[in-house]
This record gives sequence, C-alpha cells and structure tokens, in this order.
Amino acid sequence: MGDGVRMRRARWQPYLYLAPAAILLLTFSIYPLFHAFNMSLFTKWGKPTQRVVGMANYEELLVTGGQFWDALGVSVWYVAGTVPVALVLGFLVANLLFQKLRGLGLYRTIYFLPYVTSTVAAAMVWRWIFAPESRGLANTVFSWFGRETLHWYYEPTGVFQLVAEGLGVELPGWAAGPSLALVCVMLFSIWHALGFDVVIFLAGLSAIPREMYEAAEVDGANTRQKLWRITLPLLSPTLFFLIIISTIRSFQTFNQIYVMTRQESIATTQNLPMLIFNNFQDGYYGLATAAAVLLFVLMLGLTVVQMKVLGRRVHY
Amino acid sequence: MKTRGTQRAASYLILTLGVLLVAFPFFWMLSTSLQTPEETGATPPTFLPASPQWQNYPAAWGSAADASSERASFTIYFRNSLFVAGAVTAGVLFTSILAGYAFAFMNFAGKRLIFLLFLATMMIPFEVALVPNYMTIDALGWYDSFAALIVPWTANVFSIFILRQFFLTIPRDYFEAAQIDGCSHWRFMWQIATPMAAPALAAITIFTFLGSWNAFLWPLLVTSSPRRRVVQVGLSLLRSEESTNLNTLMAASAIVIIPVVVLYLLLQRRFIEGVAGTGLKG
Repeated sequence: MGDGVRMRRARWQPYLYLAPAAILLLTFSIYPLFHAFNMSLFTKWGKPTQRVVGMANYEELLVTGGQFWDALGVSVWYVAGTVPVALVLGFLVANLLFQKLRGLGLYRTIYFLPYVTSTVAAAMVWRWIFAPESRGLANTVFSWFGRETLHWYYEPTGVFQLVAEGLGVELPGWAAGPSLALVCVMLFSIWHALGFDVVIFLAGLSAIPREMYEAAEVDGANTRQKLWRITLPLLSPTLFFLIIISTIRSFQTFNQIYVMTRQESIATTQNLPMLIFNNFQDGYYGLATAAAVLLFVLMLGLTVVQMKVLGRRVHY
Repeated sequence: MKTRGTQRAASYLILTLGVLLVAFPFFWMLSTSLQTPEETGATPPTFLPASPQWQNYPAAWGSAADASSERASFTIYFRNSLFVAGAVTAGVLFTSILAGYAFAFMNFAGKRLIFLLFLATMMIPFEVALVPNYMTIDALGWYDSFAALIVPWTANVFSIFILRQFFLTIPRDYFEAAQIDGCSHWRFMWQIATPMAAPALAAITIFTFLGSWNAFLWPLLVTSSPRRRVVQVGLSLLRSEESTNLNTLMAASAIVIIPVVVLYLLLQRRFIEGVAGTGLKG
C-alpha cells in the first residue's frame, strides 16, 4: 500500500543481499563441480590440454590400475569399522548419562572434548601411543599380556591375517581385513567422534516425552521392552541423521590418516580422499579429479540409498 | 533384581571408565611433554615425570624455526591462524545474515528455486572442489596468500539455513511495524533482526571459528611459505622430530590444543550447542 515507491526502488535489493553468498558459492562450490568433471575428462597432468583424453583417467582408476577399488576398499573397511561402533558406544554412553546423575555435566564435557580438538595434534599423540618401538604404550600393554611388539601404524598386514598367522593360516585378498595401521586410525576416529554421537543422542533422548515411559511402566513393561518399543523408535530420526552424517564424514577422512600413517603404510591406508590428494601431489590432476568425481557420485548414491532404505524405518 | 542403587553405581562405574579412557590421550600428551627423554624412552613407560620439564614448552614454541630453513615460528603460525579464523568467521556471519535475511523477509522472483540451489550445494563434497579450487586460486594469483586461506570459506549454506530459520520465527508484527515507521530493510536487519538472532549467531561463530582453526588440508594445499603457514600445518611439519624430540613434539601438540580447550571449558554449553547444533533442529 504505502510502500509502493519503496517496493519499486527495492526490486534489486534481494538479489544484492544474496550476491555475496551466491558469488562465493558459484565460484567455490558450483563451478568447481563442473570444472572437476571437465578436468577428469581432459587432463592427464598439469594444465588442461586441448586434446581429448576422454575416459582414460577413469579407465586407469577403475580398470588398468584399479586404484579406485583399492581406495574404496580402505574406505569401506574404515566406515564399517568406525560408524557402527561409535554409534553403539555413543548410544550406550548417552543412555547412561541421561539418568540425571550428579556430575554428568562434567562427564559430557569430557566426552565431547576430543571432538573439538585439532585432529592433527590429537593424531600426533595417538601416533605416540601406537609407537612401534617397545616403549610405545600400546606395545607396553601388549607386553603385559605376553604378546610381542607390533608395528601398529607401520603394519600393512590385515588384522584378520595377523590373527590367522598365529594359527598358521593364510588369508587371501580382502579376507585379510583392514591393515593394523588402518585399525589404529579407526580407533582414533572412534575416540574423536564418540562425543558428537553422545551429544546428539542426548538431545534425541530428551525429546522423548516422559509420559510414554510412565504409561509403559503402568502396563508393566520391563527395561528391554521400553528400549525396543519406545526409545529406539522415537530415537529413529536422530539415528537416521547420525548414520547419514557419520557415513558421509567417514568417507571424507583425511587429517588423521595423513598424520598417523602417511609415510609408512601408505598403500593400505589410502582411502579415497588420500587417493585424490596423492594424485594431486604427484601432478596427476586428471586422475585426482576423476577420483574426486567418482567419490562424489559414490557418496551421492550412498546417501540416496540410505535415505530410501532407512527413511522407511523412521518413525516420526 | 537390581536395586536402583546398584544400577546407579554400575552406571557411574562404566561412565567413569569411559571418561578415563577418553581423557587419557590428553593426560598422556601432557605427561610426555613434561618428561625427560630418558623417562620417555624407558620401558615400562613413565607415567608421571619426576620433575616437570617446563622448558620443553618454550623449546617447542621455538622448534618451528628448526623444522624449516626459513624464518618460522609458532608466533607467526598463531597469528596467521587467528587472523584467518577471525576473518572467515566475520565473513560467514556477514554473508549469512544478508542471505538469511533476504530469504526470510524479502519476496522476489525465483526465491524458492535459488534457496533449493543453495541447499543443493551442501551435497557437493569438499574433495570434488579441491583441485578445481586450487586451480582457481592459482589463476587468481592467490597462491600462498591470506586471500586463498579466507575467501573460499566465507559463504556457508548451513549458516544461511540456520539464520533463515531463526529469522522466520521473528513475529511479522515487528517487521510490519518497522515498515510502517519507514524503516529500511538494511536498518531492520542490523538493528532488530540480528540482535534477536544472537543464539544462532553464537553457534555459527563458534563452529565456523573452530572449523577454520582446525582446518588442515586446504591450508596445506594453498600455502607453502612460513609467512602464511597456519598452526595445524606448522605442527604437522614437526612430525620429523618424533624420533629425536618426542617431548617437544608433545609439548607442541599441547600448545596447539590448549587454547581451544580453555575456550571450550569456559563456554562449554555454547560450544556443545554450537558444534552439535546440527542435529538439534531435526
């Protein structure tokens, strides 16, 4: 009404307000996506050349050299080893903390502490804990049980294979399991992510109305029934969210692998981000971007699948 | 049948065990940082230093200079990290307030489509953008500069989303009253809407600052000289000191960790809300 003049003058205003964010997103998020596609198809190394390389980069990663599959294997072991464990432990701890016992604010603070800590600095400490020499803490603990020292983050042999060796068995290929080096990184990551899961679960738990539990108790429900019939279903949105976020994040792990294992056991801890980084460092921009595109497609696909499969089981 | 008391005692026990395990690496880092090399090299390992070797800390601070031939020091690294994190946070706040406000209080053609497009960019993982962004930085001549460290991170869709949600909860009456009084969008945004969004702004500040402070891969890629090096990269370069100077390395790690921990302990609830706030709004 009275703002007719104001409205006309202000027609460009919204776009102006959006401009800073939009320009930045276009330049550093959207354009790179297309540029990556482009580079993956036209660059072997260095600056883009004009000759069409076509699918050569993808061929190298998927077929000839197969580095993508190796890196995928590492990523899959890593995700399988960290996400479920952190979720289960996080759920357990959150449930215990939720009982409103005294001093729990402090406990929650400490559980969350690793999550805000620099992964570079923390990984240095964990490297020291897993030091391959006998003075390393992990080896010291092992020696208390009469086991010999292990190479920990130097060790490229799969953990299942290490166990099987004790029995004189040789496990083929992927059955050998994630390398001990990778397991060290996994333990670090669980320690790091636990607090996040705990805090999110706590929030989810506090959203469940007390009356539901009280009504169930009146009906004579025991602890197990309360857990499976009330807690978990009502926690399913939280769980759903955590599974998706944790999976995405795990596929993107870089810092701890770089700090903890990069030099020594590189082949067995080279997950997809490390593959991209290493190719980039070596100057193979084409391979790096192709790997990145594959990672993008993989994560997009995985997220969609997770949303479809898990989304159906979420109760609101 | 377990009594209440037994159950609580068991809970306390398990939780305390967990807390000790979680806190242990920090203790171990501090302990090692204050030991002598002999104590650290001993088997079985020394748990508590006989007398704290405080000099490891100044040594660690200055050890950055030994790790590379150029003039480097943690003083420079901290200065850089502080500047970059501060600039990124200010940038994110600015761009997010503007964009969030536009989405919440203005009407314009294509609003819905543009918003969905913004959200869609959240699906683009940072690895895909890594090499292209590096090339963009290179093409702009920004390699090894503050611009490279700061600019790519000054827009954050998640923050825009949070602020938009928050602004949408401001009652229309405020807005309409302001309009009648002839208040411009700009003034309304800064003088009324923004102060009301203080909790959201606090959360954004914390997780943006923290994210920038802890960032490693991007700074590793786009900087090379000590003049522009950030704390995380500086620390990673000390890894070679591991065999010779483990105690100073642990002291260096502690130096990197302590400022954040102190801030965290002071602002506990804000931190936890801010960093984990992603999950709370469902």
